[in-house]
Amino acid sequence: MIATAASAGLALLLVALAVWTVVARDALVAISGFIAYGLLIALVWVRLSGIDVALTEAAIGGGLTGALLIGAAARLRSTEAAAHAERCGATTRIVALLLSAAVTLALVLCVFALPHPAPSLASAVQDNIASTGVGNPITAVLLAFRAMDTLLEAIVLVIALLGVWSLGPDRAWGGRPGIRYTADPNGILAYFARVLAPIGVVIAIYIFWAGADHPGGKFQSATLLAAMWLLVQMAGLADAPPIGRRSLRVGLVVGPLAFIAVGFIGSFASGAFLSYPDGWAKPLIIVIEAALLPSLTLVLGLLLAGAPARESSK
Amino acid sequence: MSTAVDLFTCISVGLGAVFFLAGSLGLLRFPDAYTRLHALTKADNLGLALVVIGLLPQAGSLAAGLKLIVIWLLVLLSGAAVSQLIARAARANERRG
Repeated sequence: MIATAASAGLALLLVALAVWTVVARDALVAISGFIAYGLLIALVWVRLSGIDVALTEAAIGGGLTGALLIGAAARLRSTEAAAHAERCGATTRIVALLLSAAVTLALVLCVFALPHPAPSLASAVQDNIASTGVGNPITAVLLAFRAMDTLLEAIVLVIALLGVWSLGPDRAWGGRPGIRYTADPNGILAYFARVLAPIGVVIAIYIFWAGADHPGGKFQSATLLAAMWLLVQMAGLADAPPIGRRSLRVGLVVGPLAFIAVGFIGSFASGAFLSYPDGWAKPLIIVIEAALLPSLTLVLGLLLAGAPARESSK
Repeated sequence: MSTAVDLFTCISVGLGAVFFLAGSLGLLRFPDAYTRLHALTKADNLGLALVVIGLLPQAGSLAAGLKLIVIWLLVLLSGAAVSQLIARAARANERRG
């Protein structure tokens, strides 16, 4: 009874926040609504017992995307007034309304057309999880049964970063991204970064290690590490590295390359790309996760830092 | 014994919820950024402290209890730091005009 009421309350709050985010005219107001929305979605995943998804949603959906959007809104601040003044005509509004109503209707029909009970591979995962050596079924799916998806995801992130970098002006190519943050070295922000960063790193490594048997893993861990890295940058304690730096580029591709190398080991040792030889599943999964952690941390941190904007001091 | 523990949890978490409610009311009703921050930090510090104290007997293991306390301390740290930063930003804005 209480659980149902809580779920209903959560659902209502979500819909209200979604409406608020769409209706809000000011970009920053809409973004704060969106961040709260991401955190509430994380709560929904907890209620659905999807702790892994909840962790990722809170870290990526609420935290990282929110920070990216705030950065974008800050850049668009000067165009905000012009955007407010602009009103589109009645025809455009009606077409937009009809289109969104049609999409909503199609989604509702799809939800009602879903087979009941839903098709599930959960029992197949449970039957075969022992062969992977990991205890968390999510990790088993991400890095053994559907390792290909995770590999492509890791590569897509690197390509996304290249896309961001390509937006920088020519003269800044190879230089440092974003602005140089300056803060009072004895101020509250510097103190906060000094105290929080070590704790954050320890928690990130714990989440990384716990991912084998409990909710967690490299993605959530990398997001935390990237957040700590950015905090240290914003407090003026460290500067973002120039994107031309050789060691940085190596760090960016080491994860995907190690993943592909392990895939080819599978081709030779057991006859299929990304299949692990008997008894070697767990060590190979750990190798992939450990190689992906620094790459993902760098990609996520640099995505937030933005395009190169300062000339490289050669 | 377990009834007494459960009762303690209910009272403590309930009191914590009252602080959160008061903090949210203050956030909505207070006139400027500083008083709103004041209301918000009460919810973070005392409200969360009471919730954590109430949940401690239900934690089941020492490690889980310690994790709860660490969460509270982390929220305290970030709450204190962030409210300082927001207050400074608000003051800088006022000075500029």
